Amino acid sequence: MRIYADNAATTKMSRTAIDTMIPYMEEGYGNPSSLYVLGQQAKEALDEARATIAAVINADPSEILFTSGGSEADNQAILSGAALGAKKGKKHIISTKFEHHAVLHTLNKLEKEGYEITLLDVHENGLVDPEELKEAIREDTALVTIMFANNEIGTIQPIRELGAICREKGVLFHTDAVQAVGHIPVDVKADNIDMLSSSAHKYHGPKGVGFLYFKKGVRLQNLIEGGAQEKGRRAGTENVPGIMAMAAALKEASDNLEKNRAHLTAARDRLIAGLSEIPHSALNGDREKRLPGNVNFCFEGIEGESLLLLLDDKGISASSGSACTSGSLDPSHVLLAIGRVHDVAHGSLRLSLGEDITDEEVDYLIQSTKEVVEYLRSFSPVWRDLEAGKTPHIL
Amino acid sequence: MALYSEKVMDHFRNPRNVGTIEDADGIGEVGNAKCGDIMKMYLKIEDDIVKDVKFETFGCGSAIASSSMATELIKGKPVAEAMQLTNKAVAEALDGLPDYKMHCSVLAEEAIQAALEDYYAKNPDKKPAGE
Repeated sequence: MRIYADNAATTKMSRTAIDTMIPYMEEGYGNPSSLYVLGQQAKEALDEARATIAAVINADPSEILFTSGGSEADNQAILSGAALGAKKGKKHIISTKFEHHAVLHTLNKLEKEGYEITLLDVHENGLVDPEELKEAIREDTALVTIMFANNEIGTIQPIRELGAICREKGVLFHTDAVQAVGHIPVDVKADNIDMLSSSAHKYHGPKGVGFLYFKKGVRLQNLIEGGAQEKGRRAGTENVPGIMAMAAALKEASDNLEKNRAHLTAARDRLIAGLSEIPHSALNGDREKRLPGNVNFCFEGIEGESLLLLLDDKGISASSGSACTSGSLDPSHVLLAIGRVHDVAHGSLRLSLGEDITDEEVDYLIQSTKEVVEYLRSFSPVWRDLEAGKTPHIL
Repeated sequence: MALYSEKVMDHFRNPRNVGTIEDADGIGEVGNAKCGDIMKMYLKIEDDIVKDVKFETFGCGSAIASSSMATELIKGKPVAEAMQLTNKAVAEALDGLPDYKMHCSVLAEEAIQAALEDYYAKNPDKKPAGE
């Protein structure tokens, strides 16, 4: 059996997305900035894609900026928010400890440039406490950036409430919604969002394309200078095939959202129940407020990379927050942020399911994980010491 | 290119000499769980020969493969020769390790040496002169 269970990393392109993309490479390949028909057709197509995307998140088409993906959108949103604040003498930014590196590393850069950064705690359940945001906002707060749903542990933040707090205090609010868009309902108006980042390949669109939603009136800073594309906000000839496929993929994901969500939630819950039977294991992140397809566990006494390699041998593609899979000595900052100690964080496993998952496949994931964990524990000196009572069990 | 050589994957998938030795003559444990790697080596020594060696490892694929290869390289060898095992020899026998995984072979060397030190500590008369 082969199961791709790493949909939080990337997804397979949908048939619809591929079929939408190809004609813009074979026939509709004109440059949208050209004045002849072939160019103007491409421009019209872009307008349609923009309208489609805007409709899905309840925005106006003029509020959608096409980018190369989620990271670029995060960078542009945060740097724009920072620059807008600086003009008014505001150089304080609030975020959380478990953001994606596209956010955290941009904030690190701003910190070196003299901005003050506050990272909110995400607690054991992986959720921001709105009261703590309220307390953290100051007179000089320029921007709040909090992810919609976490990429590793899948926890969904109370975005509407957090956005409302920012509105009330007159602070710009950005959310990295890369894991949320196309999977759970996102409504920029109801959710009080000023800027939002999204990436096409997380919802069966192509890689290398995404968008930034920016509320009317939010002045963006350019990352890329050049031609007048995107009303001068992002230079470079538009990725027409990619953008068309993104819009088609998002429309499809949005049309099937409730159906997919129900199916994935049932599969997820079955998987969580099965993996919970493994002794000395624990689910990472809130049990209920999590993405429909996200399962993330820690297992005591084993290391994540070995687990992944052996699951791969069984045909399962998954991921881990272990240090060995990151090329650094520290395990995932997300797992550390929710209070997992290093020893346990090394033994983590993320399974992010695709919409076509079956019960039979879920059972295979459970059985395979049980076997591999038991096998690795059978010659783990850490597990031996835990079982002998030399070191206390944590999970 | 794959992350690991076929040799590494073979020793990872089918590790040699896994387990413990009840009445081991020397035991060595190195690494720590915080960093994600722990290796434990058990030695049975007779007539200055490594008669048997077993290991237990908590760690990534290359840590398990390095432990397995290290045990193969010293099994049946004179103790003095086992003492000379280097991490380089372990890595070479595995057809190489990615740069950031070389520390796994270092741990294997250190685990063997720790087990031999333990053996010498228990059998001071066996310790070669001049050391």
